Amino acid sequence: MNFHAFQQRRDFLRSVAGSLGAVALSNLLSAAAPELKGPHFAAKAKNVIFLFQEGGPSHIDLYDPKPALRKWHGQPLPASMTKDLNLVFVKPDAKVLGSERVFRAGGKCGTEFSDFIPHIASNADDICLIRSMHTDAFNHHPGQALLFTGSTQFGRPTAGSWISYGLGSESQDMPAFVVLSSGKGTSGGSMNWSSGFLPAVHAGTVFRNSGEPILYLPNPPGISEQTQRSRLDLIRKLNEEHQHDSGDASIASRIHSYELAFRMQTAAPKLLEFSQESAKTLEDYGVNKEPTHPYAVNCLLARRMVERGVRFVMLAHASWDDHQELNRKLKKNCDITDRPIGALIRDLKQRGLLDSTLVVWAGEFGRTPMGQLERVDEAPGRDHHPNCFSIWAAGGGVKGGQVIGRTDELGLQITDSPVHVHDLQATILHCLGMDHTRLTYRHMGRDFRLTDVDGNLVRQMLI
Amino acid sequence: MRGLPVLLLVASIAYGATDFNRDIRPILQARCMGCHGERTQMKGLRLDNREAALRVLSPGNSSASLLVSLVSGKEPKRSMPPGGPALSAAEIAKLREWIDSGAEWPQAGALTAPKVEEHWSFRPVQRPTPPASRNRIWPRNEIDQFIVARLDSVGWDPSPEAPRTTLIRRLALDITGLPPSPQEVAEFLGDNRPDAYERLVDRLLESPHFGERWARPWLDLARYADSDGYEKDYVRPHAWRWRHWVIEAINQDMPFDQFTIEQVAGDLLPNATIDQRIATGFHRNTLTNREGGVNVEQFRVEQVMDRASTTGTAWLGLTFGCAQCHDHKYDPISQKDFYQLFAFFNGAGELDIDAPLDGEMGPYLASLANYRKEREALLAQFKVGQHQPSWEARMKEARAFPGKWTDWDHALDALTKYLDNAMAILDTDPAKRSRKQTDAMTDHFLKNYHRVISKELWKELRFTEARKKLGELRQGFPALSEAPVIVEEAVRPSHILIRGEWKQPGAAVEPAVPGFLHAPPANADRSRLTLARWLVSPRNPLTARVAVNRIWQELFGRGLVRTSENFGRQGESPTHPELLDWLSARFMDSGWKRKALIKTIVTSAVYRQSSAARPEIEATDPGNTLLFRQSRLRLSAELIRDSALQVSELLYPAIGGKSVRPPLPKGVIELAYGTDAGWPESTGRDRYRRGLYIHFQRTVPFPQLMNFDAPDATVAACKRERSNTPLQALNLLNDPTFVEAAQAVAARVLRERSKGSAHERVDYLFQVSLGRRPNRTELETSAQYVRTQISAFEKDQASAVQLFPTALVGVSRAESAAWTALASALLNLDEFLTRE
Repeated sequence: MNFHAFQQRRDFLRSVAGSLGAVALSNLLSAAAPELKGPHFAAKAKNVIFLFQEGGPSHIDLYDPKPALRKWHGQPLPASMTKDLNLVFVKPDAKVLGSERVFRAGGKCGTEFSDFIPHIASNADDICLIRSMHTDAFNHHPGQALLFTGSTQFGRPTAGSWISYGLGSESQDMPAFVVLSSGKGTSGGSMNWSSGFLPAVHAGTVFRNSGEPILYLPNPPGISEQTQRSRLDLIRKLNEEHQHDSGDASIASRIHSYELAFRMQTAAPKLLEFSQESAKTLEDYGVNKEPTHPYAVNCLLARRMVERGVRFVMLAHASWDDHQELNRKLKKNCDITDRPIGALIRDLKQRGLLDSTLVVWAGEFGRTPMGQLERVDEAPGRDHHPNCFSIWAAGGGVKGGQVIGRTDELGLQITDSPVHVHDLQATILHCLGMDHTRLTYRHMGRDFRLTDVDGNLVRQMLI
Repeated sequence: MRGLPVLLLVASIAYGATDFNRDIRPILQARCMGCHGERTQMKGLRLDNREAALRVLSPGNSSASLLVSLVSGKEPKRSMPPGGPALSAAEIAKLREWIDSGAEWPQAGALTAPKVEEHWSFRPVQRPTPPASRNRIWPRNEIDQFIVARLDSVGWDPSPEAPRTTLIRRLALDITGLPPSPQEVAEFLGDNRPDAYERLVDRLLESPHFGERWARPWLDLARYADSDGYEKDYVRPHAWRWRHWVIEAINQDMPFDQFTIEQVAGDLLPNATIDQRIATGFHRNTLTNREGGVNVEQFRVEQVMDRASTTGTAWLGLTFGCAQCHDHKYDPISQKDFYQLFAFFNGAGELDIDAPLDGEMGPYLASLANYRKEREALLAQFKVGQHQPSWEARMKEARAFPGKWTDWDHALDALTKYLDNAMAILDTDPAKRSRKQTDAMTDHFLKNYHRVISKELWKELRFTEARKKLGELRQGFPALSEAPVIVEEAVRPSHILIRGEWKQPGAAVEPAVPGFLHAPPANADRSRLTLARWLVSPRNPLTARVAVNRIWQELFGRGLVRTSENFGRQGESPTHPELLDWLSARFMDSGWKRKALIKTIVTSAVYRQSSAARPEIEATDPGNTLLFRQSRLRLSAELIRDSALQVSELLYPAIGGKSVRPPLPKGVIELAYGTDAGWPESTGRDRYRRGLYIHFQRTVPFPQLMNFDAPDATVAACKRERSNTPLQALNLLNDPTFVEAAQAVAARVLRERSKGSAHERVDYLFQVSLGRRPNRTELETSAQYVRTQISAFEKDQASAVQLFPTALVGVSRAESAAWTALASALLNLDEFLTRE
């Protein structure tokens, strides 16, 4: 939290605390804001937009061109290449499935992207593409747990929660960590935005892009805004009266929560009012079109939330788990997401927000070069593949226009510069000014961190 | 800073200003031992014992200690540690504090060869004599003597007793989880007998709601849920049977040793009853992963690990799970110890048994023949018998030749994942299968045959229709309820798993208890039952202390050992070690009776203190370590719901039974993948049951529970957070459940005080909602609020009708709506959410 925001909060709390003495006020500040820690060092990024592509998008059909796949198409791989693979459905001797995608160079840097994602490709010069990601888990739930919590064990906080805990909120009327979702539900469900053992205030708040944006946000029927205000005034008055009797400073922090809730009631629906957005912006994102509509709304909301100080916005899109009918399903998801994502990066950049906003695009793992045939009368898909996959980041102190890492001619194994999920997490925290070894929380008698006991900063990603 | 010496005094009395084991050891261990320990001594320096470490330590003077200069960057060229991040300011401060206070180092050679038996919680429970006190008036029982001795030593008085209205609400919430009615409060206030308080305690302890209130912390430890977890997150329709068992056991005051034995090994007791087998459902609360790529054996092993470490946490308060991959870093739990504990559970398998509820068996038997006949007829009508045998045969072939037929591979995978114990059933001759096995296999076949046949044939067979009809048939006949249990199903050799990897077995191990604790009787076998009895042996130094500490935690907001999840060397030391031992010994000596222990605690003077803050000493002991007052505790998620339902008289107070699904806002259940079952909303009174009966779907937990810090039911939860968030405010202000409660409270007040003035009504509303009468300011403010609201709603009749849809005879809508608004405000007060 920067000093200005801190000061605002302090002033606000002082007004809430009223006649409380200085001691009580300091208690109140610590009670109301256990997250007040601030970064470890100066940083470029203040916010993160995490574009989570649930299910494991195929790296070799989107980001990592492998012409050799066609050469191998229809043949099984030699046993020596497959003996240590963790495969879910396909057997080691499954036949290679050639990619039908055409890859084209994007931007000045010339990084190659699949023909299914031209809008993302058009931002190539801002994108740092990592083709050498790897993870330890080859099933969805554990894979997502590892990606977001740094562990396949249960009960750990997710990245957004750690960041909320580490940096606090800059927003006066929205939570620090917001979740937007599209498509069907994710395998991890609420685990993907859980605060784990951190206090619930750091959990992701699910924000719906139609109807009631936040659960229980609208007043109940018959309670006008004026009635709500007077109800809150009464609650506050009676709470203050009771605080006077009991001397418990934590009552003031409950008063503070009610005030923040009231401001959220106004602010959250306003986020959904796109009337101030230009026709061109709406057109660029694809807000009023199908099939981009829901995802475009989420992307535009993400920008608007970042503008209002939301620290971590997660967009979960499900699902890319294309075990069958790869080409049809992949196209469908790309048609939904590519245009809004391309527009989001451009929009952030035009508004000068990209430098302070780290955008990450990632799924929990990649997919096998071998094809998977679940039914004989269906088109093939690909199986889960944790050994290598592609993700990218843009903005927020990340150096665009570059590719990190290489994989073998089939996209089966990494041949250069492996980047583990923990390394990505360490780097995201670094971009926000935090040392991943120092962002810790004591639980069950030991210090926990997002990167568990691993994680190396990927310096090459940084400007 | 006059307070400072007192602060240090309090801190050192409480648990030592800095505690070597808690504060210093981890720093040295983690940051120094790699190069300056027993094995390596860079520059000849070792920091694993005090004598050697004195080279860089000047006890009493941290500024003169080289260690401090080295780690705080004052020696730029040899800043320590050389690799990795620098020590944090807090760590350096701790080191300084420790050195300044004399660099006490309790155990010789502590860092490499710790003397296990010296750790307080591994030593036998003592039976200390309560200390005599100068204060002869305040103490009510022995507990108070321990407390007051500490307070005396810093010259503090305990707090006065809380007002009686506070006491009854505190007791009611702590013992039954439901706030008292105005009548109950009035009766207590009017009871002038000297033992009125004890009588109240006895009455509350006999309430059947006691079992509900005290089951909940145990459910947290057991990570109880109504679904599998992981991606598929299947519903567990019978999970509630174990919860029901817990509630009943606690209501009957089943001794904690028996409570333990039945849950860990009830199935192995001689002539085990169905209830004793249901108790083993404790170990069926592990999550189940039915995701496609999961190896069945791998997952079984993970479940056994989870059972072992959950047992370690729930009963021993130790983090056994840490020794899954390597020897425990801080506690004397070797990896071998972990897998020896694992071995006790390795032979256990999962089974759902018939466990008929009262009255089920007769009708079931009477109609069984008819049901079988009609089921067979349906199966014949859809020609199931023509397809299933060949399908089963191909399944076996697919198993024998993996990779040969893709579609059959997938079908086999589905069979192993979705049907429990599928391979065992497949290998049983159809004629020899139990009825349950036969039906389960056929049901799976009907649902999954499409995986291996053409879409045309699937259409032609109309199996979807067959399933629907079979389902309807089943619904129409009486069934036997089932219960999830564990059974000894196989003798499986156990091994140390290298780095916790199931594919890398190391040395073989036998079931055995950790070597650093007492041994079981020499003639005992190596069964789970032996483990269970060992847990509750009077020689076990941990079980009673851990259990007593958790009960204390429920009644004071934190345990005598603050880290109730960790009694190991990384945990905190008890603030009142003698008291903890006195209570633990008494707990064991008096037959492990929960109710007696709770009664002893709640009748103490320390429990009965006021929770009002004491500005003059709060800053000196901000954690209230010395218990100079009671604590204000925000209620748990469930109790907030229960309280609102109770004061509004909407609560359906049935005890136990199946889980319910109260209304859930649209769009919530859709957030997870594995929730095809949706959320079939409960109807009628079931919508108003207590929070602990709400169906817990692990990937989409009920929002109100999560908003108020309920655990996510994945790992043993030893204590809950008490957070304070704006989402909680929105939840209570706007959730239809709480609005309905406010309407009902308003209706209640208007009904029961129909002739009353506004002041009389406000007075009663406070009694209903908060169990006390308002003070002058509260009375005036509230009455004024109602007046304003009435005139506002008179001008806006439409809103009045919306806020109070069902008109009351003789009361205007505006008035009803205004009282609803006031009631809602009261149900949002910090005081309403707090046990004071």
